[in-house]
Amino acid sequence: MSVHRIMGLETEYGISAPADPHANPVILSSQVVNAYGITVMPDRPKRLKWDYDVESPLRDARGFDMSRSDADPSQLTDDDYGLANLVLFNGARFYVDHAHPEYSSPEVTNPRDAALWDVAGDRIMEHSAAIASKLTGQLITAYKNNTDGKGVSYGTHENYQVDRATAFTSLVRYLTPFFVTRCVFAGAGRVGRGQEGLFPGFQISQRADFFEAEVGLETTLRRPIINTRDEPHADPSKYRRLHVIIGDANMSQRATYLKMGVTSLVLSMIEDNFLDFDLTLFDPVSAMHQVSHDYNFEKVLGLQSGKTITALEIQHMYIEKALEYVATKGIHDEMTLDVLGHWSRQISALGSNKMSLISEVDWITKLAVLEGYRHRDHSQWDDPRLAAVDIQFSDLRGDKGLARVMQSKGRMETMFTDLEVSNAVKHPPADTRAYFRGMCMRTFTNEIAAASWDSVIFDLDPELPLTRIATVDARKGTKSLTEQFFKPGCSAQDLVSAVESQ
Amino acid sequence: MSERESIQRQPQRQDQESDEVGVVTNKAAQTFDVSDLLDEIDTVLEENAEEFVKSFVQKGGQ
Repeated sequence: MSVHRIMGLETEYGISAPADPHANPVILSSQVVNAYGITVMPDRPKRLKWDYDVESPLRDARGFDMSRSDADPSQLTDDDYGLANLVLFNGARFYVDHAHPEYSSPEVTNPRDAALWDVAGDRIMEHSAAIASKLTGQLITAYKNNTDGKGVSYGTHENYQVDRATAFTSLVRYLTPFFVTRCVFAGAGRVGRGQEGLFPGFQISQRADFFEAEVGLETTLRRPIINTRDEPHADPSKYRRLHVIIGDANMSQRATYLKMGVTSLVLSMIEDNFLDFDLTLFDPVSAMHQVSHDYNFEKVLGLQSGKTITALEIQHMYIEKALEYVATKGIHDEMTLDVLGHWSRQISALGSNKMSLISEVDWITKLAVLEGYRHRDHSQWDDPRLAAVDIQFSDLRGDKGLARVMQSKGRMETMFTDLEVSNAVKHPPADTRAYFRGMCMRTFTNEIAAASWDSVIFDLDPELPLTRIATVDARKGTKSLTEQFFKPGCSAQDLVSAVESQ
Repeated sequence: MSERESIQRQPQRQDQESDEVGVVTNKAAQTFDVSDLLDEIDTVLEENAEEFVKSFVQKGGQ
């Protein structure tokens, strides 16, 4: 009944070798992931596998399995053996997905930790690109964004553990208007409109133009506002893992925190059957595009009821319900009230003085810089310098990335100290199964054959079969439950014997 | 780090632009001086913007 729930973020990064525009991105991606592995985890098992047995990307939440022959090849993500794959000491997965390096954060229990382990991923990505650049002798750069502006998009996906008892139809009904308008506080800004960027101008969201369906299983084409993938990585009778693909990659730490926190709060209200309004949009996909393009908040959206409403009014209605929710349920949780306070303040500011959010909302920071250049240089929206600002905003290098530079100069707010971030790079959260996974990887590196979200597989003896330790419950495997297994003097065999005897 | 100035102005016409270099207004009551920020960004921005943008090509992801 708050912003707390099991959650996590997966980010596909843009990757580039500026001196070699035709470099193969699959190879570049493998190079950066492997470079990190070689340098930071030199003792890791050389062919660490991901335990794919329990993954089923073709299972649809609406209750059927898509047959493999009907699927587009890009959906068969569990067949990509041989690509670089690391399970990190902080419990994250760092690997190659399609033609991008991807960081899948460790599971966390709250939006602040989600944002912290997300920033850790950015540092890991930055560091990997730097090491790979040295090792290959060519500069490799990485970007936390979602499009190349020429027709291609890649994702920043959120995952939320939701009660299985909540009807999927409720999720669709109450999440759609929220997701269609969420970019007003969570968007990262984009120069260019249309999937290929053929139309000059600015828009709030990197991803919006790439969405073409209301509900669906696909993630690489016909992208849906509500994704129905049903791989819970948990007890399927109790939990669903809601997989959200509409979000932009955020450089603002506050934006990541609020994106995750507000969505979690909205999910709580849906789980508790607290929402009763009818905000069903007449055409959610068109509405999503319009909201993104309408960065001066001048347009209205049509509801199926025939009424019209603005994007900010839709967000206001969710905020009013959330205020009622915390009052009615007597919620005093500090983080929940903090998330609600910021969300409410930002939506109000968007309606009256949006540029005042320059230091905390990515698209407004980006717009301020772009408008600054437009005024100073008298440029039009199709000036390549503006597109360069857009791309370089998300460059992960501390000395070259525009957002990173603005953060170091105090022009963009941050939530975490360098020390907190470097701890999150090295250590897992203490309160989920990521702790067990990360500590196994650090402590018993050479004895792990494979790992996944819900298992760690030990190879204790070449003469004997592998031992699979299941980690089905994301709230177990915590520090308080398992830290005794990682003390000096404890062996992997001790751990396995203790777990097997339970 | 330079101070940001908050100047209350009369509400402006839609999309009215300021004549002052580096000052951003957009139907807002406040102005934000980004001119020093632009100077900083100028020093790190990729030099050949057109080349840089043209060569930034990605493959589709999820």
